[in-house]
Amino acid sequence: MKFTLSWLKEHLDTDASLDQIVERLTNIGLEVEAVDDKAQFKPFVIAKVLTAEQHPDADRLRVLSVDTGDGKPVQVVCGAPNARAGLVGAFAAPGAYVPGIDVTLSVGKIRGVESHGMMCSERELQMSDAHTGIIDLPEDAPVGTSFAAYAGLDDPVIEIGLTPDRADCTGVAGIARDLAAAGLGTLMTPGVEPAAGDGACPVKVTIEDADLCPGFALRMVRGVKNGPSPAWMQQRLLAIGLRPINALVDITNYITMDRGRPLHVFDAGKVAGNLVVRRAREGEKVLALDEREYELTSEMCVIADDNGVESIAGIMGGEHSGCDENTTDVLIESALWNPMNIARTGRDLGIITDARYRFERGVDPQFMVDGMEMATELVLDFCGGTPSEPEVVGYEAYAPKVIDFPFTEVKRLVGIEVTSQEQIDIFKRLGFGVEGSGVEAKVTVPSWRMYDVEGKADLVEEVMRIHGENNIDPQPLRSHGAVNAKILTTLQIRTRLAKRALAVRGMMESVSWSFIPAEHAELFGGGSAALKLANPIAADMSDMRPSLLPGLLAAAQRNADQGVGDVALFEVAATYEGDTPDAQRRVAGGIRRGTAALTGGGRHWAGNGEAVGVFDAKADALAALEACGAPVANLQIERGAPGWYHPGRSGVIKLGPKVVLGHFGEFHPRTLEALDVSGALCGFEVFIDAIPEPKKKPTRTKPKLEISPFQMLRRDYAFVVDRDTPAATLVRAVSGADKKLITNVNVFDIFEGASLGEGKKSVALEVSIQPTDRTLTDEDLDALSAKIVENVGKSAGGVLRG
Amino acid sequence: MLQELESLERKLMDEIAAAADEPAIEAVRVGAIGKKGSVSERLKTLGKMTPEERQVMGPAINGLRDRITQAIAARKTELRDAAIEARLATETVDVTLPVRPAPAETGRIHPITQVTDELTAIFADMGFSIAEGPDIETDYYNFTALNFPEGHPAREMHDTFFFNANEEGERKLLRTHTSPVQIRTMETQKPPIRIIIPGKTYRQDSDATHSPMFHQVEGLVIDRHANVANLKWVLTEFCKTFFEVEHIAMRFRPSFFPFTEPSMEVDIQCDRSKPGEVRFGEGKDWMEILGCGMVHPNVLRMSGLDPDEFQGFAWGIGIDRLAMLKYGMPDLRAFFDADVRWLSHYGFRPLDMPTLFGGLSA
Repeated sequence: MKFTLSWLKEHLDTDASLDQIVERLTNIGLEVEAVDDKAQFKPFVIAKVLTAEQHPDADRLRVLSVDTGDGKPVQVVCGAPNARAGLVGAFAAPGAYVPGIDVTLSVGKIRGVESHGMMCSERELQMSDAHTGIIDLPEDAPVGTSFAAYAGLDDPVIEIGLTPDRADCTGVAGIARDLAAAGLGTLMTPGVEPAAGDGACPVKVTIEDADLCPGFALRMVRGVKNGPSPAWMQQRLLAIGLRPINALVDITNYITMDRGRPLHVFDAGKVAGNLVVRRAREGEKVLALDEREYELTSEMCVIADDNGVESIAGIMGGEHSGCDENTTDVLIESALWNPMNIARTGRDLGIITDARYRFERGVDPQFMVDGMEMATELVLDFCGGTPSEPEVVGYEAYAPKVIDFPFTEVKRLVGIEVTSQEQIDIFKRLGFGVEGSGVEAKVTVPSWRMYDVEGKADLVEEVMRIHGENNIDPQPLRSHGAVNAKILTTLQIRTRLAKRALAVRGMMESVSWSFIPAEHAELFGGGSAALKLANPIAADMSDMRPSLLPGLLAAAQRNADQGVGDVALFEVAATYEGDTPDAQRRVAGGIRRGTAALTGGGRHWAGNGEAVGVFDAKADALAALEACGAPVANLQIERGAPGWYHPGRSGVIKLGPKVVLGHFGEFHPRTLEALDVSGALCGFEVFIDAIPEPKKKPTRTKPKLEISPFQMLRRDYAFVVDRDTPAATLVRAVSGADKKLITNVNVFDIFEGASLGEGKKSVALEVSIQPTDRTLTDEDLDALSAKIVENVGKSAGGVLRG
Repeated sequence: MLQELESLERKLMDEIAAAADEPAIEAVRVGAIGKKGSVSERLKTLGKMTPEERQVMGPAINGLRDRITQAIAARKTELRDAAIEARLATETVDVTLPVRPAPAETGRIHPITQVTDELTAIFADMGFSIAEGPDIETDYYNFTALNFPEGHPAREMHDTFFFNANEEGERKLLRTHTSPVQIRTMETQKPPIRIIIPGKTYRQDSDATHSPMFHQVEGLVIDRHANVANLKWVLTEFCKTFFEVEHIAMRFRPSFFPFTEPSMEVDIQCDRSKPGEVRFGEGKDWMEILGCGMVHPNVLRMSGLDPDEFQGFAWGIGIDRLAMLKYGMPDLRAFFDADVRWLSHYGFRPLDMPTLFGGLSA
């Protein structure tokens, strides 16, 4: 919403400066987004041409001697045909910026003659398109004074960003009312006098759907002469960025801006029969004033005559019945429309107009007829003519809302003391009615605030914003009276720990899009209809991700394409198995590329990094799980990871037979190909929301530490087993030989060779034996060894390597 | 005799000096003072001497033995030292060779995580806990329950991502703000409520300061007395602590959000005169950083609370924006690129954990 300072002052009697007004506007909720103080016009002064001589070297140029008011005439070369001695115009000195030609002037030589400035045309000063000659002012224009002040170009333009609730401030008058209420002057918006009508309005109006149109006022003015509107009106419209069209149209635009009351004018000569307000017919078309054709639906409201649609109600008039210089009889429309319906129609048609902006917020119903009368007055003033009596249909007088308001509500919600008298004054200045005093009052909502003031809280806001929000001293929040103990949920704690644990492993945390390309989603088990966006911002951001891996793999490739091939990335975030809250998983996932292993990648004098692989991913996965408190010692690692992994180089991490905590591995070559990524890659995902909630313990005391006084022994065993026997089976078998004595089993070598036989391998294990109550004898150790060998033979078919 | 001893001493001393390593000096020792060594043999002759001879020769031979013993020991030490020096010389390496960097120093935490941890540290101190909610929401939680009437222009301002309608005709959406979690919390938890809600939010928007996915932190306080003055205190304390300045001027302006009444926007004082840098707590510029207000009576009602009994306030801030303001990243879009050069530069070391006792960012 834009307006000029002088326009505002037509409604507000104030001594306040521009800065004060701007500050107060922002403080009462009418946020000033821009102020153009028109400083760009300051350099231009009124100057008089003393002499005008023919340029010695150019037929169409003249050399002027110009009096700029300081008594020292300057020489200016000028090409304007109307440049002549005695002309008074607008002069720009060297150094001035001329907006219309986007040039900063300097002293120049034109065909060998020095020119110290410029006499400007209207176009050069962006006053109009006129460029046939330089500005030619009356002889008595005061030479040496500011041209901008003389021509009214110095009127500052203020732009406010209006919140959707403030329908009442879509007009300059409403803004003035708010400023007056905030103590910045006296409101002096003139009232509106009804015109004396001559005969009934010959065009009748029928409203078919009162819900869409709660009121309609129409008047004909016959015998008008439609020309340009007066200069002052054109100047105001231009100042706020509206192009003057003709008097009739300018009047509607002016009242829209002045009072927040959009109007429409029809050329009565082009309207056939009576008007009907109705829903559009499905597929009905109209050529609107913006010269575009719109196809309408039955959800939209139109004003039609016998020929069809003449106007898209409340949004834009039709081209056919628009007013031009040939219009002699004009129909002035002032109506009320359903705000929701206007909003939807405007959105569906993609039309943004000043009328829609106001109607979708809600215009003052009580000003419907006044708006028509105000327009009538201006039409008669500018264009002459004879008004008919008004035709008013469907309008019911505004029934004011009354709110029971305890004055203590301000203290309760805001925490400050505002006396009931000050509250009453604020309400009255804003146009509310107040009955009662002391503790409670009945507050009547004025028609222009009916859309946003519905209850006590809204009245509190009125008091607070006018009293001044910066007059509220902060007050500490009451203490709970206890130390804040439970801050994060288990899942939040896990998320945090998983992130730090993975970062400590040299990985970088990425935050990637929750939506990924459909093909990627499908590759990783997603792509269901429920998780496809209906309106993605880009085609490759269409599906909610079923996995963190496609995003991470794509990121790795982007980095590789930038020359950084060794990357380790992770993310701890949501994946989506469905569209319900419990189908949103919390996953920690990561990938490593190239040689970006934990110990560092790349080439190094002490040994080059090797390509990352399944065990790097496994270590990351387990580290993340361990950080989250998963019982890592009790997890099972099995084959059978999802299809996007390399089937022979991947695994599933399980807790018990059912709970899957994650998977890890290298990737299936087809997955990488489909994602268009390359290089050595491995990755993992662990489901940190699947880890069982830790048991509540009555005490944090750790179990007693038992340190054995007897020396720990280490014995090595090598077993020959089938090549596909998992090492984990051997470890389990050995550990099971004596759970008390055997404290650790470490796989320290794997060997495959012809000497072992086809399809065999040797697994070497270091077994730690910790006696607790006595030193073991040779017999004890022999018995233990025999048990180990027996167990391995039984559960893994392994034999001690000879 | 004495002359002979003198020449023996000279000979032995020469041999000691000439011994080049430990075996050589050992050979000299055995040859001189070993059981059958030249000096030892001389000592044996003392017994057969007259007392007069012995009086002269005793001290002479014993003296010789002592000097030789000392000389051998000294030479031995010399040789051992030389051997150590020689070994050390061969063991010398080029200590300027680079070592591999520690993974804990190369790993990075994303600024969004770091800032979220900073927020958590600050609000935990003020008695808040952290709540979360789903990204995929219903129209009810994202709009209706937050007092956005059907068809209201305020809905349109949200540029919502929608899913296709399901069989029941319900159209889910990606939450446009973290405010739905306000409702979810009030539905399941009795006041007093003091939570912040960090999380992902989505709007159909993309430029240097807007991204289709971004992060917000919502705050909610519900009890029987929380008011605007308390809200101002919470936000002022937060801004001061977060931006790590002694004092920060804030400007509260009336504004509009469907789910709060009264509603406000908050600007903070800053100095933007240096390109690429914002300083808070000084300067003459104002920067809008958040929206807030008292929870709208309709929202309380829809969450099952009586607005005449319970009251409270809520606010929302962009986490990414807070990160950009504090740490100076110029472009929001880079947050989601996973470019390791960006992460390495703007990210945080994993052991830099923000706490109030250890400092938020230091």
